[in-house]
Amino acid sequence: MLAGKQPTRARKKMGRRGYEPYVLLAPAIILILVFAGYPLVRSIWMAFNKVSAFTGEMAFVGFDNFVAITQAPDFWGNLGRTGMWVGGAVSLQLLGGLVLALLINTKFPLRGVYRGLVMVPWATPSVLVALMWKWLLDPNNGIISKALRGVGLADRPVEFLSDPAMALPTLIVIDAWQGIPLFTVMILAALQGVSEDHKEAAATDGCGPVGVFRHVVLPAIIPTILITVLLRIIWTANYVDLIFILTGGGPGVSSTTLALQSYLTAYKATNFGQGAAYSVLQAAILVIFVVMYLRLTARNEAQR
Amino acid sequence: MRKRKLTPKQVLGHVTRYAALLLILVAILGPYIVMAVTSLTPKAELAAAGASLIPSALTLDAYFELVTTTPFLNYLGNSLHVALMAVPLTLVCATGAAIALSRFEFLGRRQIMTALILAQMLPAVLLVLSLQGQLNVMGLLDNKFGLALVHAAFATPFATWLLKGFLDGIPRELEESGSIDGASTWQIIRLLLMPLLLPGMVAAGTYAFILTWNEFLYALTFTASPATRTLPVGLQLFIGEYQIRWDLLTAGGVLSVLPVVAGFLLVQRRLVAGLAAGAVKG
Repeated sequence: MLAGKQPTRARKKMGRRGYEPYVLLAPAIILILVFAGYPLVRSIWMAFNKVSAFTGEMAFVGFDNFVAITQAPDFWGNLGRTGMWVGGAVSLQLLGGLVLALLINTKFPLRGVYRGLVMVPWATPSVLVALMWKWLLDPNNGIISKALRGVGLADRPVEFLSDPAMALPTLIVIDAWQGIPLFTVMILAALQGVSEDHKEAAATDGCGPVGVFRHVVLPAIIPTILITVLLRIIWTANYVDLIFILTGGGPGVSSTTLALQSYLTAYKATNFGQGAAYSVLQAAILVIFVVMYLRLTARNEAQR
Repeated sequence: MRKRKLTPKQVLGHVTRYAALLLILVAILGPYIVMAVTSLTPKAELAAAGASLIPSALTLDAYFELVTTTPFLNYLGNSLHVALMAVPLTLVCATGAAIALSRFEFLGRRQIMTALILAQMLPAVLLVLSLQGQLNVMGLLDNKFGLALVHAAFATPFATWLLKGFLDGIPRELEESGSIDGASTWQIIRLLLMPLLLPGMVAAGTYAFILTWNEFLYALTFTASPATRTLPVGLQLFIGEYQIRWDLLTAGGVLSVLPVVAGFLLVQRRLVAGLAAGAVKG
């Protein structure tokens, strides 16, 4: 990992003016252009068209789809729930990830194994996460509902996913469970870059553990935290698997987000134009975070 | 290693720390354990008493019923088949791109790197809408190869980052001496670079495997028949179909999570390092 740290000298590379890099890049670029670039442009174009449900024919309608979706009765509710979903899940992930990373960053036996096991939810299919939690939260037979009744916290089966007031918060907790591992790994990597000398110097200067954390550790890991948070905001806003499988956006619309509404509008109501409009609108909002992300990573790169 | 006497306060600190670590591990692995135990519980007991951590007897009945009476093995085969196409595709694309980005200076290099970062953030919900029509025109809808292509396109940006980071860590002296000895660029890549890159490719391949094995939204939208449905889609159908047969559902869950978790734990160290570096360095 050290040799790469001398970029100016190392840029003296093979084939300065050759055709080779383009040949090497071609498969990746063609694949991504055909299966991501072109569909992206076409989906954005779709948002400005009326798309026939049967033939797929498009007719340009300007901003009509956007006007229609913003005037839909559930639009502002969906937007608010998207905010809750993203804000709730990402802040829980950050908090959990930070605590867990600080815990793992100390010495204890079998730390490597522990770190691996903690990452398992990241590698678990979202369908399986949904399946496991549906069973754990089953109102009549699930472990959690039974335990709550056992200790007297509930007097009847708890309807985690079919009670409109509880569906979205429950989904947020499940998403946090799935997302904390990645956050932990990111923060842990940053923590391992914090110099022990600085920490000790601060401690001898009379900082307590909290002071050391605030004045030495936190400033060092803040860039990583910001970057991870931005990435997570973007991913969580677009993540529909859990909601789709566990509640389908219900009961009613109580757990519907913009991204889910986009999919449902396209595939349940077969209105591809309006479906695309929901996603494009959300992407337009998310562009702010994308730009922030690019700036931050560029600055980090420049500092090294 | 010096041994110091611990003050009572330090002992208390250690105890709370270990207790917290243990508690978190239980919270993370608990759902898997409950799933595994449920899949081994006799179905009569499950129907009568619901979930229990200590069933009165253990049985493999649910697994037998799953593989003999449901299309589970069929879905499993489809998932493997898609992965067998998507993983090599991803590796070919990502390895080439990573070598170009790590070892060459060329026009458009910066722009391509930015485009790769952006490609990781594209919303699947948006792409899925036109991809369906596009695959249909190409004759690749409800087709395993079509799904593999989409998954490979989806996995390539991050796999490229992972491999580029790995390559940046390999010293260039060897290649430089190779070029002095008169080897062509392609010979250097094939004979010197590729063998060194192998461990990185194992990590990138595992990443691609996890992604294609787990991917749900594209698979759900682009497959419509038992001949193409992958495991995640099949499991989702099971959830609807076998509402009250949790022994069957959890058995299916155990069998579908095993390959990814095993693969992940094998290359965990390198993959985790790549994940951390990939997002932090952009």
